[in-house]
Amino acid sequence: MGKEYHLKTPLSVEDIEPLRSGDRVTISGIIYTARDAAHRKIMELIEAEKELPIPIEGQIIYYVGPSPAPPGRVIGAAGPTTSYRMDPFAPKLLELGLKGMIGKGKRSKEVIEAMVRHKGVYMAAIGGAGALMARAIKAARVVAYEELGPEAVRELRVESLPAIVVNDTLGNDLYVEGQKKYRIN
Amino acid sequence: MREISTQTIVDAVKDASIQANLELGDDVVQALESALEYEESNVGKDIIKKLLENARIAREERIPICQDTGVAVLFVELGQEVSVKGGGLHQALEEGIRKGYKEGFLRKSVCHPFTRKNTGDNTPIIVHLDLVSGDKLKIWVVPKGGGSENMSRLFMLLPSAGWAGVKEKIVQTVAEAGPNPCPPTIIGVGIGGNFERSAILAKKSLLRALGTPNPDPELDEIEQELLTEINKTGIGPQGLGGRVTSLAVHILMMPCHIASLPLAVNIQCHASRHVEVVL
Ligand code: SF4
Repeated sequence: MGKEYHLKTPLSVEDIEPLRSGDRVTISGIIYTARDAAHRKIMELIEAEKELPIPIEGQIIYYVGPSPAPPGRVIGAAGPTTSYRMDPFAPKLLELGLKGMIGKGKRSKEVIEAMVRHKGVYMAAIGGAGALMARAIKAARVVAYEELGPEAVRELRVESLPAIVVNDTLGNDLYVEGQKKYRIN
Repeated sequence: MREISTQTIVDAVKDASIQANLELGDDVVQALESALEYEESNVGKDIIKKLLENARIAREERIPICQDTGVAVLFVELGQEVSVKGGGLHQALEEGIRKGYKEGFLRKSVCHPFTRKNTGDNTPIIVHLDLVSGDKLKIWVVPKGGGSENMSRLFMLLPSAGWAGVKEKIVQTVAEAGPNPCPPTIIGVGIGGNFERSAILAKKSLLRALGTPNPDPELDEIEQELLTEINKTGIGPQGLGGRVTSLAVHILMMPCHIASLPLAVNIQCHASRHVEVVL
């Protein structure tokens, strides 16, 4: 296992450059949620050069569509969704200064290249561990697109949200290297 | 005729949908526990431990195992001597899901294919109905998440492909899916029938509890062989490398057209949710 880092948002280039594929991180601070539909809407605003509902520079976007919060809870289950659906949008957001993405599953060549070029990282949370992840979320509020229900953009305050670095700023990919290590031919 | 009221059906389906999403089945918990023993990767072991912890938290704190509480799939066996009183069977099943997803705080995950507008109550549902003899109504509530469903495949193979061709496609489907369907996975395989039947068989094979052998000894052996092959890919838990890519392979097979060899591979994530109720 790699090293362990404790990240606090917002992030600077100095925070993420040391991270290597295979390192474990915990994240604390404010992060934002967005899935397919929200990404599409944010892209439209970017193209129209309009103001965005969330800051992008130095931020982390978590690809998640939580289940509804039962009474007395901040949020329901909140594990990651599959990231490749956000691949068409990620390079533009990285260009605008996005520093981290959390999800599950492989990213495209274009996204990996954009992470190298603009200094960003992609981290995996455990897919299907929605109840466990919810424990790290201390506050949640919808900041845009309420009508999208689970797909609305939320601001989350997290404490020690666990993730694993998959793609770093050097272009490494844990999905490729990890699998190679255990492959039997 | 034995009468069953729609209200009984609504209540049973509602409870089953909540239970399925909050309580990971004992068979899955056991399979994950034994997987811990043969996983070699430390990251992989850590992930399996976290999945077990996740299941415990979900059960105790009454929140879903996974936020993707899925599209509601229902396998239904209706005994011919049952008469449903008070309305339609399909409507009762749908009302049960509607209530379960609302009262259980489950995520509504169904939308229009193009506008992507959410239907708001997790309907429509998907029902596979079989008419059988007897006076019982059996319902399996099987919520299915999008991540693993998206990685599922159907092949209309040439009959000459034989077992070799079938095995190759199964392993290839799992390899291509990589980390996306949240491994460790369970691989449901449907062989034969026709285009749609093979897919239904693949999904239905997932109803068999993990750890129970295939009743057909030949298929049981092939399931074991396929599992070994799949676990050689090194994909591992969450695709981050390791021994445990899949927990099991389940096959259901039936005869098919003389010109065809249909094969469906339905990938099921570790959040394998299925609850059976008999009324
Ligand atoms: S694939 Fe399964 S475990 Fe993973 S997010 Fe979807 S429903 Fe949850």
